[in-house]
Amino acid sequence: MLEETTSEIPLDVETHAVEEKSILRFLTCGSVDDGKSTLIGRLLYDCQQIYDDTMESLSSESKTYGTTGTAVDLALLVDGLQAEREQGITIDVAYRYFSTPVRKFIVADTPGHEQYTRNMATGASRCDLAIILVDARKGVVTQTRRHSCIVHLLGIRHVVLAINKMDLVDYDQERFDEIVADYSEFAAKLGIEHIVPIPLSALEGANVSGKSERMPWFNGPTLLEHLQAVEVSPTNRHAGLRLPVQRVSRPNLDFRGYAGQIAAGTVRPGDEVVALPAGKTSTVKRIVTYDGDLQEASAGDCVTLTLADEIDISRGNVICAKEDRCQVSDQFAAEIVWMSEEPMLKGRPYVLRINQQTTLCQVSRLKHRVSVETMEHISGRQLELNEIGVCEMTLDKPIVFEPYMQNREFGGFILVDRLTNETVAAGMIRFALRRADNVHWQAVDISKQVRARQKLQKACCLWFTGLSGSGKSTVANLLEKRLFALNRHTYLLDGDNVRHGLNRDLGFNDIDRVENIRRVIEVSRLMVDAGLITLVSFISPFSAERRTARERFETGEFFEIFMDTPLEICEQRDQKGLYAKARRGEIANFTGISSAYEPPENPDLVLGGGQQSPEDLTETVLAYLQAQGVLETD
Amino acid sequence: MYLERHLKDLEAESIHIFREAAEQFERPVLMYSIGKDSSVLLRLALKAFYPGPIPFPLLHIDTTWKFREMIAFRDATAREHDLNLIVHTNQDGLAQGINPFSNGSAVHTDVMKTQALRQALEHYKFDAAIGGARRDEEKSRSKERIFSHRTVDHRWDPKKQRPELWQLYNGRLSPGETMRVFPMSNWTELDVWEYIRQEDIPIVPLYFAAERPIVERDGMMIMVDDDRIPLAPDETPKTLRVRFRTLGCYPLTAAIESPAANIAEIVDEIRAAKTSERQGRLIDKDQAGSMEKKKEEGYF
Ligand SMILES: Nc1nc2c(ncn2[C@@H]2O[C@H](COP(=O)(O)OP(=O)(O)O)[C@@H](O)[C@H]2O)c(=O)[nH]1
Repeated sequence: MLEETTSEIPLDVETHAVEEKSILRFLTCGSVDDGKSTLIGRLLYDCQQIYDDTMESLSSESKTYGTTGTAVDLALLVDGLQAEREQGITIDVAYRYFSTPVRKFIVADTPGHEQYTRNMATGASRCDLAIILVDARKGVVTQTRRHSCIVHLLGIRHVVLAINKMDLVDYDQERFDEIVADYSEFAAKLGIEHIVPIPLSALEGANVSGKSERMPWFNGPTLLEHLQAVEVSPTNRHAGLRLPVQRVSRPNLDFRGYAGQIAAGTVRPGDEVVALPAGKTSTVKRIVTYDGDLQEASAGDCVTLTLADEIDISRGNVICAKEDRCQVSDQFAAEIVWMSEEPMLKGRPYVLRINQQTTLCQVSRLKHRVSVETMEHISGRQLELNEIGVCEMTLDKPIVFEPYMQNREFGGFILVDRLTNETVAAGMIRFALRRADNVHWQAVDISKQVRARQKLQKACCLWFTGLSGSGKSTVANLLEKRLFALNRHTYLLDGDNVRHGLNRDLGFNDIDRVENIRRVIEVSRLMVDAGLITLVSFISPFSAERRTARERFETGEFFEIFMDTPLEICEQRDQKGLYAKARRGEIANFTGISSAYEPPENPDLVLGGGQQSPEDLTETVLAYLQAQGVLETD
Repeated sequence: MYLERHLKDLEAESIHIFREAAEQFERPVLMYSIGKDSSVLLRLALKAFYPGPIPFPLLHIDTTWKFREMIAFRDATAREHDLNLIVHTNQDGLAQGINPFSNGSAVHTDVMKTQALRQALEHYKFDAAIGGARRDEEKSRSKERIFSHRTVDHRWDPKKQRPELWQLYNGRLSPGETMRVFPMSNWTELDVWEYIRQEDIPIVPLYFAAERPIVERDGMMIMVDDDRIPLAPDETPKTLRVRFRTLGCYPLTAAIESPAANIAEIVDEIRAAKTSERQGRLIDKDQAGSMEKKKEEGYF
């Protein structure tokens, strides 16, 4: 929505001398050549943050690199590294500083080209406001939409639509109005809350700090007036207390304090608190600081708390108001911005960091990717550099968090690659996954699909066939563990757990063998009906019985996986000594020795047992299932 | 005591960073260079760990060419706060007689500062060096992370910096790699002075105007701090009322003419200042981008 802003914002010191000087962190984004550097240079210049010697070296540099002819090119003030300057581009996030008597400004300056998603997300993560630059001649372009999406995704609520180069469109009000209308329509769809449009000429300084006489039709504030006056989201003072513990301070036996920066809320001695995730409660005894004990501290303050009771609290734990707690979960849905050249791999362990907590995690599911031009969903199997996706995460241990849109410091996390130690992704938590919430059971018949959807998976039967000792059960077991880690609901049927119970009454003659397999098929059908990924590990030597099995399932629900391990290898392994016995004639009808094994003619997957490690074979199955879309849901 | 809100916010951010560094690294060290930024850095560290002591040592790289008043101030400060202070000098450089006069600023800085720092980091096996550098000091610094990664050979690779989001700092290192940590990244020179004033932080008296013996070299006012400075036969130091805006090796640090004799006057002067503080540092003068080159080579 567009904001009406009063233009009567005094710039002079007097009126504001009594008010506290605050910090505003903002982001500037625009396509190459929209005039971003010129605008920042102009702001710095107008606020007299540019020293004579800097100006001096600037005018000599202007001759070499500048684009403004003989005039000093203010853009060069902010174009950082030498390498970039020679290429005439900026390639990373740079921070600039300037201040007026009422505010200190920290500007995250991000480039508008290729790597923009990663860099913008980085720059935007701590900002409260974004200036989105538009060239008046070009209007709203693809880049404008991209930048707005990222700004919105990172939770920035205030946008300045800076329509620059008004001098090149004759300071035309109609052109301005047209662009504003165009942008507003798009921004409304995104849900950006506060938009303030300002017509500018960064080059001439029009409406940057001083009103432009060329645009009398504009009654809004100048850019600087707005930056000084804008009320950004109030700090989380009034929320419940959240203090993530950075370190436990124990200088001597008599003192045990919990040091951290208050992320939200206010604390006073005597307040009842709870330490999460453990859930132990106590009351605050003292708020200790170098400058003396405090009677009250609130969001933003760095303090050390002591508690009335000796409870076990360590780094990463969160001290919360007892009556207003954070959420704790080991599974959640999050938006992820991928920042590494190496694509995101589902199921691969990454180190997750959120406030002071660290744990291993896996992306269990990529629900969909998000278009940075429209925020629309696009389907996808993986995330590449600069792509954004909505993912489901599974953690090794529960963490304390809040949805990102509610509390950035408690909902924003990074993923770190365990081997390279690079920061590979940034994430914003949307909500914890409480699986049962997803199904409104009163309304629907409970079908196989509904049961499977409740488990966020597709039910199927993975039928492992192969000789005794071929490695079926080893791989099936490993696979089940991997699926379990990916949050899939599984069950493994094999000779051992079926023969000892359900089929205890059956022997090994032909009739009993047929009955044995029939029961296994029916049980696995029931389990698939229950929504489970069912692994069956049976020698099942005859094509006919495997065909029967397949026929009992729906298309795409049954996968025949052939452990193609040569007999010699199986016999060498002979873990249970069965081959030896069979060779001595002590076991009749032993598959491979005294009874035939009919290799599958059209198995869904063949595993070269004996050539690869069970771990590798497991990964092959997993990759196959992924490729078949079995691990996708819906 | 009253601290303005923007300074309180900066202070809180720095304290948070200090605590992260203490927790994330095995052997961090605080780079103490005695100047005003170091004085603020020290105060922030004291605040971060109060009521406990600073849980890591301080390291001063002594080129042997610091102002004498700096060394006196350093030792007094260490005594007052009972600091674990390590002073390291490049003994090879000393033996070779490296000095700013005959070897020039570039060689002197490389041997006695850059190499000395590397020696100390390696010798004590420090995995993180916490320093007082600010992003507003110089263009190449404006892109540097708060947790800034250094390769095994102490190089900074500006193209391979880790994205740094929110207040999440990734301090994970592979063997041999190190980190530079800059808790004061978001401070400006004016913030530093205002903080010193509001917090009443002691600083080396060289920052205040006083009569000092000065010779002029290449338009720079150099203080004759001891008799190692070679004087031309016709050269006699003049007594001038000067002060310093930054402090380093005395032959490489130019004084400015200024009447500012207390912090309040300095703050006023900085507010109205027309030149950047780096102007007084001879080592940056070479060419545009020179700082960037030094950093890639491992200058702090
Ligand atoms: N006429 C006009 N030119 C501008 C304006 N702002 C910037 N420019 C020019 O546009 C070009 C690109 O500006 P620059 O600030 O480097 O763009 P950046 O890539 O967004 O940082 C330069 O030649 C500027 O001088 C403006 O308001 N009016």
